[in-house]
Amino acid sequence: MLGKLWIRNAARHPLRTALTLVAVGVAILAFGLLGTLVEAWHAGVSAASANRLVVRHAISLTFSLPIAYRERIRTVEAVRAITHMSWFGGFFRERKNFFANFAVEAHSFFDLYPEYRLSEEERLAFLRDRRGCVIGRGLAERFGWRIGDAVPLQGTIYPGVWTFTVRGIYSGRDRGTDEKQFFFHWDLLNERLKERMPPRANRVGIFVIEVHRAEEAPEAAIAVDALFRSSPAETRTETERAFQMGFVSMSAAILSAIRVVSLVIVVILLAVVSNTMIMSVRERMREYAVLRTLGFGPGFLAALIGGESLALCAAGGVLGTAALYPALALLERGFGAYFPAVAPPAETLLLGGLACLGVGALAAAVPIRAVLATPIVAALGRVG
Amino acid sequence: MNPDAEAPVLVELAGVRKSFRRGGETLPVLEGLSLRVRRGEFFALMGPSGSGKSTLLHLIAGLDRPDAGAIRVGGVEITALSEAELTAWRARRVGFVFQFYHLIPVLTALENVELPLLLTGLDRRRRRAHAELALELVGLADRRGHTPARLSGGQQQRVAIARAIVTDPPLVVADEPTGDLDRSSAGEILDLLEGLCTNLGKTILLVTHDPRAARRAHTVRALDKGVLTDAREALDPQCR
Repeated sequence: MLGKLWIRNAARHPLRTALTLVAVGVAILAFGLLGTLVEAWHAGVSAASANRLVVRHAISLTFSLPIAYRERIRTVEAVRAITHMSWFGGFFRERKNFFANFAVEAHSFFDLYPEYRLSEEERLAFLRDRRGCVIGRGLAERFGWRIGDAVPLQGTIYPGVWTFTVRGIYSGRDRGTDEKQFFFHWDLLNERLKERMPPRANRVGIFVIEVHRAEEAPEAAIAVDALFRSSPAETRTETERAFQMGFVSMSAAILSAIRVVSLVIVVILLAVVSNTMIMSVRERMREYAVLRTLGFGPGFLAALIGGESLALCAAGGVLGTAALYPALALLERGFGAYFPAVAPPAETLLLGGLACLGVGALAAAVPIRAVLATPIVAALGRVG
Repeated sequence: MNPDAEAPVLVELAGVRKSFRRGGETLPVLEGLSLRVRRGEFFALMGPSGSGKSTLLHLIAGLDRPDAGAIRVGGVEITALSEAELTAWRARRVGFVFQFYHLIPVLTALENVELPLLLTGLDRRRRRAHAELALELVGLADRRGHTPARLSGGQQQRVAIARAIVTDPPLVVADEPTGDLDRSSAGEILDLLEGLCTNLGKTILLVTHDPRAARRAHTVRALDKGVLTDAREALDPQCR
């Protein structure tokens, strides 16, 4: 009987119920999108390897390091392997076609990044072709690129049009791996720089080193930085996770704002559902008085009102969560270059569900109290 | 027909006082009222608006509490019961019929009648059987699937009577049950209430303005300014 009353009471004002459902759905959708956005921001941190360290210029990431550092870093005992990468900053035809592109040390790069899965055949093809490039599956799908296609990139940091041939398409080892990156030979970049801008040649953005065991990372970082202390280009070595966190920290204010907005959404949700429940219960005050007259106690009335409120929130929450997936797909089309493909994190879905339940319970609390505090005789005489 | 003069007393009030506060002023409604209603009696209470007859009915039915005095119903001192005990007592011992029926609009006639049985612990099949029987008693078995909006006023009041008797309470209280009905429907409702008393042995406490309704009762009393008086004045012969 309770279930029937929940459903039929909710259906008494179809428009009001529909509007409340839409409001709850939109709120949960927004909550989910913001939660997913924050998760995407942290994707690089989550994907970071505990065994990898990043060596960058001590002053800023915008300063490059001499390639000669590679051999000296190699001498540190804990270092198992080393590679390097340099931000290229090019775009395809128009600025809006932005994606991450790097000049990398082709022979060692994929050994240090096993999460970028590339077939042996494609890896060898990339090594053989100095004008070759390897792209992520997501990037290939975005622009419809296939193996053998020529891809011109307009340089920004390194002016001119740079044309590469797609020699490999990597896929991510797991869901959090970014599949929208573009890698090409640093050797090619360096050759051109030697010809056109010699002062910028023989330099790299960062070195990436791999230690034998994660526990060796702190000592290795100290050892590497000690090598270049008091040199013109001092280094700062940190774990890949700390390096990625550095990017996230730059956006800390934005992330905090997003979290505040998420909380505001929950408060708005509470106001909307509370308003609906207060109106509904006020209209039915006499019916609740009749139920109390018949012998139904506070528990039944709380279940009747609370259940309807929870059912409204749950239905709206399901609607919002269902809309989250197509909404994320749409967002990915527009902003996919800036974030790896990220599904709604379980934590966000769980928090959204808890927010629905919490709002459902809180929105029912005031009307339940009003019903129980009104004397039966007074409520029987009340016209809704 | 007069009730058995030897029948035990079901409702007994002694020195009941009740007043309401309005705008800082205390308005006395019942002043030291005493009353006895025997089991199986059809008792009508008349009086002008504001005389306190509905207040008296609410006190006897355990919907409100007196300021002073004692109310015993079926041997239970209901003024001494806690709120939870009083709620449980109402569910078992009193059936209610209101002027405006007060059915739950989203439930069918059968579901409305079944409602009080949810508190009895009966399984669904038995609840349905009892509710159908009650609807048959009021002549509405064929309308069991209708919601209140699809029933006339008289039919809704019959459903309300079925709901009042479905748990087989010894006492049925009816507050102006014909006040919102046409003459023909009112007659049907009064026939039903009379039948409950004579055929099922229910004690009926009826509050009414209508002398025609009051004349169906075994005992008619009038309430005026908080005191019970003779009902002869209220039962104007011209209305007979």
